[in-house]
Amino acid sequence: MSLLLIVLLPLLGSLLPLLGSNQRRHQCALLTAAMPLIALLVTLRETPGVLAGEVPRLAFSWVPALGLDLALRLDGLSLLFVLLILGIGLLIILYARHYLAEADNMPRFYAYLMLFMTSMLGIVMADNLILLWMFWELTSLSSFLLIGFWSHQSAPRKGARMALAVTGMGGLALLAGFILIGQIVGSFDMQTVLDSRDVILADPRYLPALLLVLLGAFTKSAQFPFQFWLPQAMAAPTPVSAFLHSATMVKAGVFLLARLHPALAGSQEWLYLVSLTGLVTMLYGAYFALIKLDLKAILAYSTVSHLGLITMLFGLNSQMAVVAGLFHILNHATFKAALFMTAGIVDHECGTRDIRKLKGLWRYMPMTTALATITAASMAGFPLLNGFLSKEMMLAETLETPLLGGLAWLIPALATIGSILAAAYSLRYVRNTFFDGKPRELEKTPHEAPFPLRLPVLVLAIVCVVVGLFPALTATGLLTAAADATLTMPAPELHLSIWHGFNLPLLMSAIALIGGLLVYVLRQHLFTFHRQFPARDSLAIFEGAVQRLVRFTQWGIDTLENGSLQRYMLWVVISALVVAGMSLMGIETLKGELAIQEASPLIIVGAVITCFAGLATAFLHRRRLISLIMLSVVGLMASLIFARFSAPDLALTQLAVEVVTVILLMLALFFLPQKTPKESSASRIVRDVLLAAGFGGVVASLNYALLTRPLNSISDFFLENSVPGGGGHNVVNVILVDFRGFDTLGEITVLCIAGIGIYKLLNRLRLFMPSSDSEGRPWSPDRYPMILASVSQSLLPMALLVSVFIFLRGHNAPGGGFIAGLVTAVALILMYIAHGVEWAQQRLSFQYQPIAVAGVAIAALTGIGSWVFGYPFLTSAFGHFHIPLIGDVELATAMLFDLGVYLTVVGATLMILANLGKVTTSHRPSKQKEKA
Amino acid sequence: MEALFATTTGILAASGLYLALRGRTFPVVVGLTLLSYAVNLFLFSTGGLTTDGSAVIGDGGGEYADPLPQALVLTAIVIGFAMTAFSVILAMRVRGDVGSDHVNGNRVDEPREDKS
Repeated sequence: MSLLLIVLLPLLGSLLPLLGSNQRRHQCALLTAAMPLIALLVTLRETPGVLAGEVPRLAFSWVPALGLDLALRLDGLSLLFVLLILGIGLLIILYARHYLAEADNMPRFYAYLMLFMTSMLGIVMADNLILLWMFWELTSLSSFLLIGFWSHQSAPRKGARMALAVTGMGGLALLAGFILIGQIVGSFDMQTVLDSRDVILADPRYLPALLLVLLGAFTKSAQFPFQFWLPQAMAAPTPVSAFLHSATMVKAGVFLLARLHPALAGSQEWLYLVSLTGLVTMLYGAYFALIKLDLKAILAYSTVSHLGLITMLFGLNSQMAVVAGLFHILNHATFKAALFMTAGIVDHECGTRDIRKLKGLWRYMPMTTALATITAASMAGFPLLNGFLSKEMMLAETLETPLLGGLAWLIPALATIGSILAAAYSLRYVRNTFFDGKPRELEKTPHEAPFPLRLPVLVLAIVCVVVGLFPALTATGLLTAAADATLTMPAPELHLSIWHGFNLPLLMSAIALIGGLLVYVLRQHLFTFHRQFPARDSLAIFEGAVQRLVRFTQWGIDTLENGSLQRYMLWVVISALVVAGMSLMGIETLKGELAIQEASPLIIVGAVITCFAGLATAFLHRRRLISLIMLSVVGLMASLIFARFSAPDLALTQLAVEVVTVILLMLALFFLPQKTPKESSASRIVRDVLLAAGFGGVVASLNYALLTRPLNSISDFFLENSVPGGGGHNVVNVILVDFRGFDTLGEITVLCIAGIGIYKLLNRLRLFMPSSDSEGRPWSPDRYPMILASVSQSLLPMALLVSVFIFLRGHNAPGGGFIAGLVTAVALILMYIAHGVEWAQQRLSFQYQPIAVAGVAIAALTGIGSWVFGYPFLTSAFGHFHIPLIGDVELATAMLFDLGVYLTVVGATLMILANLGKVTTSHRPSKQKEKA
Repeated sequence: MEALFATTTGILAASGLYLALRGRTFPVVVGLTLLSYAVNLFLFSTGGLTTDGSAVIGDGGGEYADPLPQALVLTAIVIGFAMTAFSVILAMRVRGDVGSDHVNGNRVDEPREDKS
């Protein structure tokens, strides 16, 4: 449980500062510091156990389907990082309290900082790969917020965006790598993965997984060639730079290398990729740290260099090298965070970080000078300080490596060069800033920083000295525990001490310090040399690349999405053709093994009529009325086809729908142009005809191939269970209202929504009402035909009776709610046609919207009703009832559901047609609304 | 008979698609309706073409026509009507608001061939 506290307390802490106000800064800082302090105490309580070899773990199942568990662990490696994060984090809270200006929104800053701290703690304590990745992404997001904290300036915004783009891309690669590892191992559980090295190394997917994971780690830890984002991220407030970009976030990448070391390390690929990347980064960073003019840029490049060093150590496939890497993580975090804070103090007190303007600050800030000197000496690898110890271990390890075979001497040689450069830039940082004459052109007279601003630096400097003097006493226990967690076998026995006797590593250290002094003295030659290179602004290059990408995608969007419906149709059709055509090409013969049925003359005649009517609809489309009549012929023939092939329900439905469709389109045509202008070019017509012919060919081939092959239908189940299970003999209807009732519920909902949508579309519709047809002939002044009026009126009761009959028998004979609803709707619409809207409006004075909605509600309630009896949604029940005079009747709850279907169909159809009809009169929907 | 049925479906689909590619709303709506007839026939035929089959259980007739595609097509017909209605009324609304019945919303006074 305490593990959960360590992670969640800072998360709670990210809410607390928001309660404090920007004015009462002490209170705000105290509120913020309380939670990580408690978390640190909890961690310290766990520490003795972890150092003794225990690994406290905690796991809750979270999303088992994704393999995501809320699983935490606190082994030695996690402990090392947790102490670093919480310890330095507390110092940063103190530092930021006095660093931030009055205008800065302190609660917001602290909230972001604590959010970051939570996610960082989550990374180091995660016991599940996916969980680790989630926290990993959270650090990218929270660091984006922190870098861009001064969002009114351009540089922080751009720096934040670049950092997010680079680390976010790496995060995606990492996720892919984790998924591959999860597939190889079969689990995302950390311990399972760490125990499966042999399986992972033997798998062919090892290399891609390794590359993806390394991409994630290298982008986060700013390894070459992804180092460019880190210097740009220095636009952040200095506390952020000290915390994220030296002590913690950039360490997430090397942490990942350490965490997955047991699972992924040991191969040649790992050796070369990781150690060489680290070596190159180390040299690259060190060189630029020597050249830069901004104090924070110097420190940023030196951080890149040190991260390279740590990466190289983890890559060397040697146990002691891993221990050295872990030790350097600890040491680098202490001296580099301190150095960043001194840079922040200088910036704060002098108003500039330009090393050319700063000189001789020791006169004004002796304490800060002393602290900066100590920590910079540690960075340079000066004896009696902690940086010296891990740097010497690093040099010793480079001598042992088998990397590069016969050229193995290159590694220690290059490592020594890196150390020379480190000594040189450390010296330059201290001497040029604090000594060497008097300051020039400063905006304000510098003075010593207030004590609270120096206190965190002092604490870290003390750590540097104490660890440097008594390494065995202070660091051995923690390092051994961390190394135990990082290595597959027990860690080698550690002999941390200042003095190992005269040996090669000592000589190399000495060379580094003396060489560093020489390089520093001769630095002007180096600067002259460097000026020959054209200046490269990585931010401009990156922004340029982003803008090119945006232009390219915009071009792609503009090309594909030009606002033309015809163009979209074209793409849809072409892709459908390609997909269907490809699969058709995949089958051997078009004709399957089923025997062909004989075609009777009647069928041939029917097919010819259908084809003719279909083609005529297309060819005569410019004369819209004729085209519409041809369409209705196709609809009627479809109805006959259904009837011919034993589907009476379909035939009835099609017939009824055909009637309402034609009425609808006729009404619409009244308002639309009667003829289509001739505007398609010849080439366009040829293209469309070819496309349509191809499409028709594919559809016909597909249909033929399907018809001549035996089918394996699931319908036998429905046929067998319709009577015993659904209580109905009409299987189609039982499927609709019972077996697949949920689908039907969805469908009537769509119908109802379409009806309401149409009602809204017709609302306040302003249309030109033509008084004559397209040829100038006025519409007939005879209002309504006499014969139709009288016949339809006497037909109405009959039609309604028929619809009730169709509805009632639906469960056992062709019929049902859909068909009955359509018949009712057609009968009522006939009234409108025969007598006009005015007449019908007086007699049917109710709205249709509530009917449709009530239908959906009845159907849904019927489904919910089965919950009352403890059955799943839409379970139907049926039974036989004896009703006097009528006799035995079989009633099913499905009939109630069918009633809902019936009402929806009636309501929706009339809503559409009656409202459209009303547009022609004064009874427009809008006017009614205004009256009401 | 299968070939005949397939040819009919194909011709209906081709005619429907040709109309759907036109530039004015009304032919497009008619085309989509025609296309939906073709699709319904196609879907219906996936259950096989049963002549003189029984429609209901206990009819005493021969084999049963596959009920599943029928159920699917039945709702498809009704939904198809709703969609036809929606698109044609949308077309009317566009004509009322934009003043054009071109699918791309081009103004009437500048009828032009869409460059695609």
